[in-house]
Amino acid sequence: MRPGSTGRLVGVLVATLVALLLQVTVLPPLAWTVGDLGVVPDLVLLVVVATALASDTRFATLTGFFAGLLLDLAPPADHIAGRWALALMAVGYVVGRLVHDNAGDLGAGSRFEREGVRRSPLVVMVAAAAGGSFLGTSVFALTGLFLGDSAASVGQLLPVALVALVLDVIAALVAIPTVHWLFRRLTSDPSSQRVERMRARA
Amino acid sequence: MALDTRPPTTPVRRTGASRDAERDSGRPSRSLVVALVLASAAMMVVDKAGGADSPIEPVRRVVGEVLGPVQAGVATVTRPITTFPAALRTNDALRQKVKDLTAENEALDAQLGKAGYDANRVAELKELKALAGDIGYALVPARVIAFGQGSSTVTLDAGTDSDLHPDMTVVSGKGLVGRITSVTAHTATVLLIVDNDSSVGGRVGDNLELGLVRGHGTFGVDDRLELELADRKVIPKVGQQIVTWGSENGAPYVAGVPIGTVKKVYESVRETSYRAEITPGVDFTALDLVGVVVPSGTKGTVIEADGSARFDR
Repeated sequence: MRPGSTGRLVGVLVATLVALLLQVTVLPPLAWTVGDLGVVPDLVLLVVVATALASDTRFATLTGFFAGLLLDLAPPADHIAGRWALALMAVGYVVGRLVHDNAGDLGAGSRFEREGVRRSPLVVMVAAAAGGSFLGTSVFALTGLFLGDSAASVGQLLPVALVALVLDVIAALVAIPTVHWLFRRLTSDPSSQRVERMRARA
Repeated sequence: MALDTRPPTTPVRRTGASRDAERDSGRPSRSLVVALVLASAAMMVVDKAGGADSPIEPVRRVVGEVLGPVQAGVATVTRPITTFPAALRTNDALRQKVKDLTAENEALDAQLGKAGYDANRVAELKELKALAGDIGYALVPARVIAFGQGSSTVTLDAGTDSDLHPDMTVVSGKGLVGRITSVTAHTATVLLIVDNDSSVGGRVGDNLELGLVRGHGTFGVDDRLELELADRKVIPKVGQQIVTWGSENGAPYVAGVPIGTVKKVYESVRETSYRAEITPGVDFTALDLVGVVVPSGTKGTVIEADGSARFDR
């Protein structure tokens, strides 16, 4: 276990719970209505994306699974349990892999971290949010169609998914930096530690 | 044949499948990913197969028990914020709304005030239709628009435009009202049967005895009518119904229209006959909708004897 991983765990827990409460309790009155469905930004999904950007793929995958599980079981949910778990797990895994393998390495142990840069560039952030939103919504909708759990058809779901994508990207501009700030605060004084580690490595 | 075990000469492409130790430090093992996917799939299958009593339900309830109060608390705290957009209105919009609601309220008030009047008019029209059917004449409906000063006359809002002319019988749903004495293009003056000058040929409904019904000329004060029978040996009885006797060609009065009921009977010693006091069926001070008896087939708005009404004025 690496230093700061307890703080990271606490950070993810806090972020997920706050995101869940915001998503199911605070935002619905302000929802954007598409057809007869109210669409709100998927904050829990954005927490998973932020985790994937800030830490490693393994942690992001696990975060996605458990955050999705929470979303599946928390009160307003009445869909078949496991749908969001699978969707957010896929989001965590895919976003994590893409970011860490290709996009110049932003996460733990990456070049950015070694150089003391912890904030993701804006383009990467937006791309990750858009991709994650599309992937998560699609997996969730497809499992619903496959299991016969959702009354809506593909034609009805497409505009909803698009609006959700737009809302998610907008919300990501606030949510992802917030989650990253939370991680930094909770991984006890990371900047000095990082410098120490770099010195030790050198 | 030996495998080519030489290191590749071209530089290794940096792909997702790179085996760089440092880069792979955070990657989940394949078994973990498979386990998580299978876990989700298994959960979905179990929940789907279980339906209402799937093993997920108790878990769901526990999570709900824990998160429910938190959600309620958060909702209470944030309600002022989440309901804020609804409170954002311009002064103009609010004024407009007040105006709209005031107008609507006035319209509804007016409607409510007219409701009783409308109900009465409907009732009067129904009675008139029933009477038309009873006495077997066509009627032109008309409204009373003026009461004569000092004499027992009223004015109707129909005249020669509705084919009315003097000496036509006017009835209301309750019985005989009077006869038309003069008409203009759009009005007609009606002499009520309570007038001093009015005498109507009446007969007792029970025994067809003939007599004359005279008015007292005290319209609005004393609505009594008096009946004097032609046969001096017949004594009218209290409660007997008096109807019109009818004249030639139905002018001025058609036959068979109820006039009123016998209220009291006097013996006139000097004339050795009996006089009866009649209570008219019509309340002359509250006349509104009346009907003028016209020949069947008259143009305009007519209630026919069979109860059908034409409204083609």
